[in-house]
Amino acid sequence: MKEIINLPVSNIEEEEYHINMGPQHPSTHGVLRLLVSLQGEIVKSLKPHCGYIHRGIEKMCEKDTYPQVIHLTDRIDYLSAHINNHAVCLLVEKALEVEVPERVKYIRTIMDELARIQSHQLWWSSFGMDLGGLTCFFYGLRDREMILDIWEETTGSRFLQSYNCPGGVMQDIHPNFQKKVHAFLKTFKKKIKDYDRILSGNVIFENRSQGVGVLSKEDAISYGVTGPSGRGSGWSCDVRKTEPYSMYGQVQFNEVLRYECDTYSRYMVRMQEMHESMNIIEQLIDNIPEGDHSAKMKAVIKLPAGEYFQRVESARGELGLYVVSDGNKTPYRMKFRTPSFSNLSVLDHISRGMKIADLVAIGASLDLVIPDIDR
Amino acid sequence: MDNETLKARILEIAPDAQQEENKQFLTLLLPAARLHDLAIKLKNSPDLAFDFLFCLSGVDYIKQLAVVYHLRSTQHKHALVIKVKTDDRVNPNFDTVCDVWRTAEFHERETYDMFGIRFNNHPDLRRIFLEEDWKGYPLRKDYIDEVNIVEF
Amino acid sequence: MTFNIYDFTSFNRWIDEGLNSIMPPTWAMITEMAIIGIVFLLFYAVVGLFLVYAERKVCAFMQNRVGPNRVGPYGIFQTIADFIKLLMKELVYIKDSDKLLFNLAPFIVIIASFMALSAVPFAKGLHAIDLDIGILYVIAVSSLGVVGILLAGWSSNNKYSLIGAMRSGAQIVSYELSVGLSLLTIIVLAGTMQFSEIVEMQRNGWFIFKGHIPAIIAFIVFLVASTAETNRGPFDLAEAESELTAGFHTEYSGIKFAFFFLAEYMNMFLVASIAATVFWGGWMPFHVSGWAGFNTIMDYIPPFVWYIGKTAFIIWLMMLFKWTFPRLRIDQLLTLEWKYLLPINLVNILFMAFLVLMHWHF
Repeated sequence: MKEIINLPVSNIEEEEYHINMGPQHPSTHGVLRLLVSLQGEIVKSLKPHCGYIHRGIEKMCEKDTYPQVIHLTDRIDYLSAHINNHAVCLLVEKALEVEVPERVKYIRTIMDELARIQSHQLWWSSFGMDLGGLTCFFYGLRDREMILDIWEETTGSRFLQSYNCPGGVMQDIHPNFQKKVHAFLKTFKKKIKDYDRILSGNVIFENRSQGVGVLSKEDAISYGVTGPSGRGSGWSCDVRKTEPYSMYGQVQFNEVLRYECDTYSRYMVRMQEMHESMNIIEQLIDNIPEGDHSAKMKAVIKLPAGEYFQRVESARGELGLYVVSDGNKTPYRMKFRTPSFSNLSVLDHISRGMKIADLVAIGASLDLVIPDIDR
Repeated sequence: MDNETLKARILEIAPDAQQEENKQFLTLLLPAARLHDLAIKLKNSPDLAFDFLFCLSGVDYIKQLAVVYHLRSTQHKHALVIKVKTDDRVNPNFDTVCDVWRTAEFHERETYDMFGIRFNNHPDLRRIFLEEDWKGYPLRKDYIDEVNIVEF
Repeated sequence: MTFNIYDFTSFNRWIDEGLNSIMPPTWAMITEMAIIGIVFLLFYAVVGLFLVYAERKVCAFMQNRVGPNRVGPYGIFQTIADFIKLLMKELVYIKDSDKLLFNLAPFIVIIASFMALSAVPFAKGLHAIDLDIGILYVIAVSSLGVVGILLAGWSSNNKYSLIGAMRSGAQIVSYELSVGLSLLTIIVLAGTMQFSEIVEMQRNGWFIFKGHIPAIIAFIVFLVASTAETNRGPFDLAEAESELTAGFHTEYSGIKFAFFFLAEYMNMFLVASIAATVFWGGWMPFHVSGWAGFNTIMDYIPPFVWYIGKTAFIIWLMMLFKWTFPRLRIDQLLTLEWKYLLPINLVNILFMAFLVLMHWHF
């Protein structure tokens, strides 16, 4: 009897069924290629092949001045463009020991949180779509439009703003800014209930996400899975709390932690974070102090020779910026420690033994942005 | 642990480490040959507990090639930067630390891809972004690409 | 001749007698077949195109969009424009695909849905064949479609297609049971498999009211199982676009893709009209026994309108499902069938048999 059971299984294992998810695939959200080995529907292992849109941003940075570098950082993680800009500005300001005006800190923090909300909205949309609920996609994008409109008015751009510059922001906020942000908060507080109603409480959704892709806290730390994905494993890794920058030290907000460690908990962390982000914006939006929108900076920015590191919490996790300067106006070496890159490395580990459909759900719950991986 | 006690503690396990100047983090230059041993000690000593490798970067100092490890302890909240350097530009190699910190697996592949630094005992050391037949290592300072890089 | 919108029997007899008077009986039969074939083809095309349009509008309504609104008033000619586009597209031949099976698959799918349609009574006297095993025939023929899907997946020489086809095979074979058993519940109540008799028996009350609780359970099970059988969301695993790009029809283009597309909508129409016929009285108006005045008013609405109205309502329900729920996973799909729907169904049949035995139904 034992032999009869064992024989066919061992034969199947030899014939692994390889399938290429990507480079063009609806659920990789970009040009990522996953070489998946299947046994029936079950994922045996997978190998990510990245680099399809590698643009050599780190090499380009070595030729660019610091204000120019900011425009490249937009293109790393385009959904948290503001936050990436913020990282470069903080690093330059820290190196030059420039104190930025209070107003700038307020504006940057509000903009960061708006970026986080719109990034999570887009993530929620595509998460729903990956699980087959197409209606989510339109709900999310509809509400995201309001944030893009706010940005368009103030920064002149809807997507890749490059609004931050060393010492401050490019131009002052638009007179309508506060009014529009208030309008957005009011609308979105109602709409986010719809999000919960259509996806979070759905039985099919809960079955699809609970217990799927379990990532323990130890593994999350070892693999460097930061951001909402790490916090979904109960790891308190929010840079806004551990190393507060700009206004984060002075506002009240909770670091959202969940301990189920599965796709559902990563989902719920992001849903809660949208509430927390709205909470932060509410505390700041009415109190933006008067003043200059930028500190006085030298025309040519030269960082003193040395090594600098700046961490910020982007929408996907911890963005680290490591700069080696030789005293010139261009960085000698600039390294971006992007969250999606580390988060991708864990995908193989947590999706083994799961179904193809689970792989899609896990990939969506890690919220990978491909330019953030490829740089 | 503040930087002074941390330095004293690490000098216990690695007496030949040299400190480099850095305002932000305690930066130590370690002997490359003992990197793997020290990495295990850094992670597993309960009072150090550097369990989170949050950045791994290659740097080309023209004379030397270096790999910089940014470490943090999620438990004690202290941070440390360790560096290893080699003079060998033709066949630079260090021991891998990806069995200590799993995130190093991808970061080391990236460093290999961009700097040509080989990591011994790495389970899957292939280029990660560029194609397998790409010539040269783009982030090295002596890399010449007449087609794609325009010099002003 | 009397053309009566409430009863097509005399109209049919008039055509039959007219044809028999001018030609020999064999030729008359062949001509009748040809006429029915053409009428069904036209009906098929019109309903298919309309359903695609309806689905787009319902989906747009769910998603805060306008939907098609450019071609014709309210975009009603949009699907015709799409159809013309699909007709003109290149038929791509896949390297190393099994040419014969690849070309055959869409036809099998479309023929299966076409054949099943012929047994459905649209109004009194308006059906192609009134088989005395109508329900059995429909179940048997409609499940032929899975052969087409399996062939499409197998012959495409594409791994996604193959996985999609295998999923579809497992899914349809499983859910066929629930569809059959839920219809069997009503057969127990009706005592016949003939569609015309089933409809006639619902003259003084539809089966969903007559059979009360077991009939309602059977209807819900039928709705879930038939949604799964037609490969529609949330059970659209065979073509799960976020996992398998397009599943079994990944490699199809042009008119062959249109066939799959049309067949999917016609299957939806088919299961909706069976649900309408078996549970909701088909073309039979809504009657309440004892309310003569009310019943007379209801009788003024033509049977065809009743039939279309009920079918459209059930289709609308299925569209709401599709655009609300996320997709199930394959193991959950099979768990739902084998662990929940099937046992519920078996108990339900016993329950119904008991009900009929005790004459507790209305």
